[in-house]
Amino acid sequence: MSPRLTRRQRRRVSRGAQYAVLAAAVALVAVLADWGRLAQQFAQPDLAGELFPDIITTALRNTVLYTVSGFAFGLVLGLVVALMRLSSIAPYRWAATVYIEFFRGLPALLIFIFVGVAVPLAFPGTEIPGGTYGKVALGLGLVAAAYIAETVRAGIQAVPRGQMEAARSLGFSYPRAMVSVIFPQAFRIVIPPLTNELVLLFKDSSLVLFLGVTLDERELTKFGRDLAGQSANSTPILVAGLCYLLVTVPLSLLVRRLEARTAVERPWR
Amino acid sequence: MEIEIRGLHKSFGDTPVLRGIDLEVARGETVCVIGPSGSGKSTLLRCVNLLEEPTEGRIVVGGAEVTDPEVDIDAVRRRIGMVFQQFNLFPQLTVAGNLTLPQRRVLRRSKARAAEVARENLARVGLLEKADAYPAQLSGGQQQRVAIARALSMGPEVMLFDEPTSSLDPELVGDVLSVMRRLAADGMTMMVVTHEMSFAREVADRVVFLDDGVIVEEGPAAQVVGAPRHERTRNFLDRVLNPAAPRSPGAVSDEPGAGGGPGSGGGPDSGGGLDSGGGPQGVSDSGRG
Repeated sequence: MSPRLTRRQRRRVSRGAQYAVLAAAVALVAVLADWGRLAQQFAQPDLAGELFPDIITTALRNTVLYTVSGFAFGLVLGLVVALMRLSSIAPYRWAATVYIEFFRGLPALLIFIFVGVAVPLAFPGTEIPGGTYGKVALGLGLVAAAYIAETVRAGIQAVPRGQMEAARSLGFSYPRAMVSVIFPQAFRIVIPPLTNELVLLFKDSSLVLFLGVTLDERELTKFGRDLAGQSANSTPILVAGLCYLLVTVPLSLLVRRLEARTAVERPWR
Repeated sequence: MEIEIRGLHKSFGDTPVLRGIDLEVARGETVCVIGPSGSGKSTLLRCVNLLEEPTEGRIVVGGAEVTDPEVDIDAVRRRIGMVFQQFNLFPQLTVAGNLTLPQRRVLRRSKARAAEVARENLARVGLLEKADAYPAQLSGGQQQRVAIARALSMGPEVMLFDEPTSSLDPELVGDVLSVMRRLAADGMTMMVVTHEMSFAREVADRVVFLDDGVIVEEGPAAQVVGAPRHERTRNFLDRVLNPAAPRSPGAVSDEPGAGGGPGSGGGPDSGGGLDSGGGPQGVSDSGRG
């Protein structure tokens, strides 16, 4: 670049170049792709219409149910594991660390297969309560708990030490100080990352595919794949994808707003 | 005797911080603890309500032995109010909430009773109109006065102050000190770790000079601050009261034991420096250093 250009001119040239690269990439894809075949395979309006209302009343509903039950179980378990991680009793800390590293280090799919196959083998005659919903809650929850535990632990540790000291000085016992003073502050800190975890779980619920489910228990991915197979056309996959985005995008936007609000409320951080 | 400290030792790992402290505070007495940073003043104060566990020694507060392993420490702490350098108000609660939550949860007071006590104590620190504000909306001085009111709402017999004005802007120090002055005049038993020499001189019944984990000098404020007998006390006061004054290398050293070192004879103007800082205003200003 010529040394005679001012800084502002150089910046303008650089930005122009970046726009040019972007436009070229878009144009390349637009020209090379076979739009007609794509539309035929993925965007058949009448096929899409046939998906309703089942894709909402069954598939999306089940996806939401699986996610919520998995998250609820994961939240309770994650809270317990987080408190164990922070415990003054060393074996609790070790157990929590092993749990977290174990379940964060394995693919969620493996856990699902384990829950679906190994648990019935290990405990013959016993059924996981809730049928498929129970299995999904267990599979998703076990994985989610590991991540939630780390998030909650970080949230609790982000509360300044002086808060616990002030509470103890006022005569609060340790557990009461935790519940009355530390948790409410940690809760605000962890809401955005926990909502993120919810989005991840929402997508991971697609792994139910590998548990073997009845028609009424199908969630979005299984539903979309099954119908795509029946009609030999991929339109149901596209619609299922849009249904995911219908939930995940608003949730992500919510996280961003929550994070912005937290930043305003706690300007000292 | 309201507070009784006997043979107190405290080490962090292999580092001794307190090396044998004996101190008594009578009921209604105000004792100021002064000393260089790292001398162990805050640790001493924090041992009194067991925020730090003593390595060795005995501490009795209001007849209850704090250091007894069997003691109900939560019950003892209810009778000891503590005010921190960083205020440590609960940020998610309003001022009124900060005062009522501990009363409700710890003392099991009724909602109405807790609110009534909160109002009384807010009035006492002159912040009744801020009851519905959040801590972040208050100045540092106002936050510290709320922290004092919060501690008072528990009806403590003893108040501990850990450098209550050290993180305040200079113009906000006065309001906090005047609240503390009134508290002392009302007969509260107080132990105050402070750098405010004018406050120590004017309010304290007794001043304790701590250096390197031991009490070097203690006595009436006029004597310890006004006419210190020990070289280390003189050096410290000289540095606090005249922070900008030129001095020999030995005297400016941060080593706790510097007073006894070869430089200790090098402060010929230390006595003069003290005299020139005699006016309360001058002492107060330079005391912020």
